[in-house]
Amino acid sequence: MGAALPDPGGRSRPVPVSLDPAWRRALRRGLTPVQGLRRAGAARWRRSLLTRVVLTTLLVSGPVVALFASLLVQSLGAGLVEAKTRASLAEARSGVVLVEARVNAVAQDNPGLQESVLQDAIRQLDERGAVGQAYSVFALGPPRANKVVSQGADLQDVPVALEQQLRGSPGPEYVFADVPVTAGRVPGLVVGSVLSVPRLGADYRLYHSFPLTAEQATYGRTVRTAAGAGLLLLAMLALITGLVARQVVAPVRLAARTAERLADGRLDERLRVRGEDEVARLGTAFNAMATALQTQIRQLEDLSRVQRRFVSDVSHELRTPLTTVRMAADVLYDAREDFPASPERAAELLQAELDRFESLLAALLEISRYDAGAAELDASPVDLAPLVRRVVAAAQPLADRKGSRLDVTLPAGPVIAEVEAVRIERVLRNLVVNAVEHGESGPVGVVVSADAEVVVVTVSDVGVGLQPGQAGLVFTRFWRGDPSRARTTGGTGLGLAIALEDVRLHGGWLQAAGTPGVGSVFRMTLPRKAGRTPPDSPLVAP
Amino acid sequence: MEGKVLVVDDDPALAEMLGIVLRGEGLDAAFVADGDAALGAFRRERPDLVLLDLMLPGTDGIEVCRQIRAESGVPIVMLTARGDTLDVVLGLESGADDYVVKPFKPKELVARLRARLRTRDDEEPESLTIGPPDDLVSIDVPGHKVVRGGAQVQLTPLEFDLLVALARKPHTVFTREVLLEQVWHYRHAADTRLVNVHVQRLRAKVERDPETPQVVVTVRGVGYKAGPA
Repeated sequence: MGAALPDPGGRSRPVPVSLDPAWRRALRRGLTPVQGLRRAGAARWRRSLLTRVVLTTLLVSGPVVALFASLLVQSLGAGLVEAKTRASLAEARSGVVLVEARVNAVAQDNPGLQESVLQDAIRQLDERGAVGQAYSVFALGPPRANKVVSQGADLQDVPVALEQQLRGSPGPEYVFADVPVTAGRVPGLVVGSVLSVPRLGADYRLYHSFPLTAEQATYGRTVRTAAGAGLLLLAMLALITGLVARQVVAPVRLAARTAERLADGRLDERLRVRGEDEVARLGTAFNAMATALQTQIRQLEDLSRVQRRFVSDVSHELRTPLTTVRMAADVLYDAREDFPASPERAAELLQAELDRFESLLAALLEISRYDAGAAELDASPVDLAPLVRRVVAAAQPLADRKGSRLDVTLPAGPVIAEVEAVRIERVLRNLVVNAVEHGESGPVGVVVSADAEVVVVTVSDVGVGLQPGQAGLVFTRFWRGDPSRARTTGGTGLGLAIALEDVRLHGGWLQAAGTPGVGSVFRMTLPRKAGRTPPDSPLVAP
Repeated sequence: MEGKVLVVDDDPALAEMLGIVLRGEGLDAAFVADGDAALGAFRRERPDLVLLDLMLPGTDGIEVCRQIRAESGVPIVMLTARGDTLDVVLGLESGADDYVVKPFKPKELVARLRARLRTRDDEEPESLTIGPPDDLVSIDVPGHKVVRGGAQVQLTPLEFDLLVALARKPHTVFTREVLLEQVWHYRHAADTRLVNVHVQRLRAKVERDPETPQVVVTVRGVGYKAGPA
């Protein structure tokens, strides 16, 4: 098979060679790849216990792992923020103390100097914070003036919420907000405190803004680690489940394969048993079952062989003396005119009854060959038209004696089918002779029709017909429709039973139907190719 | 006497009865009851036909058949107790020309023997040629000689009759039934395997490649015909 499958749309769709067979099937059915994948998945789910166990484990443990991971990450994150907040507040407090001490140390009567000292102190503080970008500092003037005291600070940088908090308390207070750094703004913490500088006559406010860059990085790393660990855990779980399930599934698969081989007739197949666990017990039980089966089958085979052997022996042992008797009877029969009256009649009776005896023996041997399963089909292509004509011609003398007309309908051309001519001729002879015998001197119809698959031959008469329920019984051995009727042609009582087996051997159907007083019909359906059983279809009674 | 029949059968009553019937028909009969002695008896008696039971003590019938066929084309008719496919086909493949299934009627047996014993001294000079142009098979009918590629081909009388029947009407397709009637002289339908097996045997001798026959050609579903001359 090529790597590319034919595409109904005419475009060629390259398909990798190692495609899952289920997907391949899906593609061949003309499904889209997505549908195909879904069906292939569904097929795997249905067929593989291992897949089901692993997937179930993942489905159940996945949410649990996710929940644990997120709880862990959350608590870690909260801890990070809390520690940062505490450190920031401490930093802010020490800043306030430092600035206040510097400002208050300056002479009381020099407000201008004090202001410049304040600015200087704040700049120093800011420079200290700039080391490692820990924080930046700026101060605002008295609340009413809102004068920016430090360089580069911006009123916008003070969150409104923090302003409000500072109105009722000396601080330090904090809020989370985006804070400016060298390149843009990042999430951060802004801590505000009220500077108590009585000499300047009003309260200043000092703001520390701490960027949370490092904490955020730590948090991100934690999340990634947690997710990675969770996935790894799931993968490990899948692997472990797979390994554990395999330990159970592998012996089951092996047992299934061995069972299939046994079913194929390889009766010597056994499981290898290791250890003493449940799987080993399964193996032991399985092997015991296989051995028991093998013994049974061997016994049956032996029986069948004995039976076949017996049939063959009886055949030989009975036929040889019968041949001698037959020849002797013939010699006597040919010389009967030289005998007195009663030995002459005796020779005639001997001759006639030997015929019956022979055909009965032949029929018995034939049916026991079928019973022993020793019948083999030797089919070759045969034109059924001349075969039917031959059978009808052979039955003509009997029909003439009975006053029946034989109507034959054949298709125009030859009707070739793979059959064993000897058997099919025997079947047809049986059907035609039966129809003439039970046809009450009415016409007997033989119709041959055919299509590409089957050849159908129907033989119908307008005679006594069949009682309800008799249609199936006609094929029973030694069955007689009306025991009070005298046999005229000395049938064996096995003819139709053998005919049924003959047709079955070809993989065909032989059916009977009939209506009392109207007539009966027999239909033989033969496959054109030997052994290809055609579908059954009901036969309508005439 | 018209001819001599060697009866190879281990059942004394049947053998004796066969003798009565054969002599009644004006045929000479010789008997042998053991498979191991059959070939010796055949060489000694030089019969015109062998009537051979397939089930024999010692060497079995199939093997006896093969031994006789290895050194002579004399007609062999098998007596079989079974109509089993395998036995009949094995017998025919090992060289038997025809078979009669026990129990048989004496007339039937005699008819089979007569068909094989038929003399051909009334034949006109006749020469036939069949087969592909580069591998011609020529037949001298009264001389009973078949030559292919300059060499004479040894055929049994039955194989010869079969080839002549086909060669006489080179464009006619013969059904197996017609061949059974013309070559085996069966008046009623008989076992068409006789034809199949003997066509195989004939092909093995006259074809360049028996797998793709050109002298005796199969017409699927109908029968056989002689290849183009």
